[in-house]
Amino acid sequence: MKPQLRIRTPRAVATATTLAVALTLTSCSSGGDDASADGPVQLRMTTWSSNEEHQAVLQEIADAYVEAHPDLVSGVEFDAITDGTYVSAVTTQIAGGDTPDLMWITEAYAEEFVSSGVLADLRPVFVETEGYQVEDLLPAATELWRGEEGLYAYPFSNSPFGVYVNTDLLAAAGQPDPRELIADGAWTWDRLAEVASQTAQAEGVAGIQLSVDDPYALPNDAITPLGLAWGARPWSEDGTTCAYTSPESVAFFDWYHSQVYDHGTFPAIGETVDFASGQAAFRIGQLSLSAGLGDTFGWDFLPLPEGPAGTVPVMGQAGIGVLANGEHPDVAADFLAHFTNPENAAKLARFFPPPRESLLTTETLRAAAPTLTDEQLEDTLINPARSATTKVGHPRLSGMVDTIRASMDSLWTPEADVEAVLADVCSAIEPSLAE
Amino acid sequence: MSGRETAATADGGPRRSAARRLARNDAAVGLAFVAPAVIGVIGLGLIPFGYVVWYAFHDWNPLLGEFTWIGFDNFDRLLGDDVVWGALLTTFTFTALLMVLNISLALLLAVLLNQRLRGITTFRALFFSPVIVSTVAWVLIWGYLVADNGGVNGALALVGIDGPNWLRDPNWALVTVVVIQVFKGVGMNMILFLAALQGVPGELKEASRLDGAGAWRTFRSVTLPLITPTILLVSIITMIAAMDVFVPIQVLTSGGPGRETTVISYLLYQTAFRQNDFGYAAAIGVLLFAVTLALTMVQWKWRRRWVHDEV
Repeated sequence: MKPQLRIRTPRAVATATTLAVALTLTSCSSGGDDASADGPVQLRMTTWSSNEEHQAVLQEIADAYVEAHPDLVSGVEFDAITDGTYVSAVTTQIAGGDTPDLMWITEAYAEEFVSSGVLADLRPVFVETEGYQVEDLLPAATELWRGEEGLYAYPFSNSPFGVYVNTDLLAAAGQPDPRELIADGAWTWDRLAEVASQTAQAEGVAGIQLSVDDPYALPNDAITPLGLAWGARPWSEDGTTCAYTSPESVAFFDWYHSQVYDHGTFPAIGETVDFASGQAAFRIGQLSLSAGLGDTFGWDFLPLPEGPAGTVPVMGQAGIGVLANGEHPDVAADFLAHFTNPENAAKLARFFPPPRESLLTTETLRAAAPTLTDEQLEDTLINPARSATTKVGHPRLSGMVDTIRASMDSLWTPEADVEAVLADVCSAIEPSLAE
Repeated sequence: MSGRETAATADGGPRRSAARRLARNDAAVGLAFVAPAVIGVIGLGLIPFGYVVWYAFHDWNPLLGEFTWIGFDNFDRLLGDDVVWGALLTTFTFTALLMVLNISLALLLAVLLNQRLRGITTFRALFFSPVIVSTVAWVLIWGYLVADNGGVNGALALVGIDGPNWLRDPNWALVTVVVIQVFKGVGMNMILFLAALQGVPGELKEASRLDGAGAWRTFRSVTLPLITPTILLVSIITMIAAMDVFVPIQVLTSGGPGRETTVISYLLYQTAFRQNDFGYAAAIGVLLFAVTLALTMVQWKWRRRWVHDEV
């Protein structure tokens, strides 16, 4: 018979376990860089692009800076967050104390980031940097990023929205070439919708695909901006009053709803389409979309049409800001001044339409969109960039986007009462607007 | 010679002393094996949970740089927040539907596959395979299939049925997510039930048949009671997983239409990572933990009433 063994907890093992836990936790809680250490620092910029060509040009510019300032910066890391959770991911990094030195920001969150005080003022550095030419920056491009006195981000990408058209589908459906409509002064949203609807019915495709894959998940981002051509805005200029119930907004959403459910112009909620695969007659999009279209069908890129409030060019914009509570804001700002000087802005213009007047030329932008003609570049990029408006943002947009989506969902049924739903949207967001 | 060794020798001689040393060594090795798990539970479970509780007493918006002690304000806000209670109700509905469908289907499949037939392992592997597929890949594919113009409605149209807009119709969205999630996870429960069914002694079933019981009566009166410990285990792990459901909601519906599929863990995510209201989100997390713990305790307490051999 085996002896009965009484197992005691050996003190040594308990001590070792405690030490291991402590060591693990200590190693988890210690930061990567020691901010107080002397010597060159490592900078990190968060981006939403993992495109190899984008990364190559970003790295090329950064490497030149590191080479010129080896005592200041040891390297620059471009941290691509590409899974659609960019803003949440960066905010989480900030919350966790892992603040990036520089970050890309979309125009919708510009007001929120600028007003929060999380970004450093860049104007002094830009003004002091020799050859930077601050006056070359287009006022329309920097408007969103200006605070009371300072400039809180450099708007490195200024890409107006336009309308891509599958000319083969329109020809097969016996519809007019939109260029003729433009020449005749008949390029309106109503006419575009009519052509799209008839092409959809004749060819068994979708009419107009919006700028994102699921516009109904992001109505404030993908649908509401179309309403600018109706004079429709989600809220007042000062952001304190809901404007979803304004006559202009009701007219726009009434029109959109009717186009979806009475005419089949836009895909309904839950329908998936892909313009690049020939499944839609039109698509609202920006310059970068042209790279993925190839030559499997004939296509053209046109300016946004005219609405009841006239032609309102809408620009998608992205800025680069320096995080004020990052570890090295001064070095990061100096790097950004180098990164966006006229010479490097021209390099970035291969992919991102620049905010500099001197670079808004067909010559510069042809590199960004080799498939577009000079006429297309002039009509859809250069001219709108000088006067385009951006999507309407708000200092508390993060807190409202899900509420807007949830309360607007009931609009996406054929029998919806548009005015009543928009009133519900206002009821839902008014507490946030009033804060 | 230490006092302890002297006592050991006096008590039972060198053999007992050696046995104790062996015991200590065994214990040391055993504890070394469990140490990584202990470190994991403490470092990745208990301490983070402690932080969550701490954050729940703060107003924390990292973008604004706010981190202020506000006492029980977040919990007061919880009590009056209809969105939170709506999400909790949706979570209960989701959990109840998922548990009923998952456990019934898993048991049915296990019974059907508990046969000694040629090629039966192929069928078992087939039903288990979704378990090892990435959840995101699984729900993405299903998202395309149940789109309004997707494969499911295409197939229904072939037989003259106009299918609903599965993920966007308030009447169907939650049920659709439940079904997709059941297909994903049913294989794991099926395997657990299969193992339990194979542990039921054949002589008991034989005795039941000799007493004149039919197949159904034998299953109900002999097999089912003997596998109740496994049913308890499956119920608890399925419930906890359902209460925490997040990925299919995030990928398929984003909590919509309206808030029809906004479960509590998705609301927590929205509050923290989209609205930057980390303190309130932490309070929602504490609520989710408390509710899940309470439901698990209820299941554990009630086990004596229906689980075989529990006293």
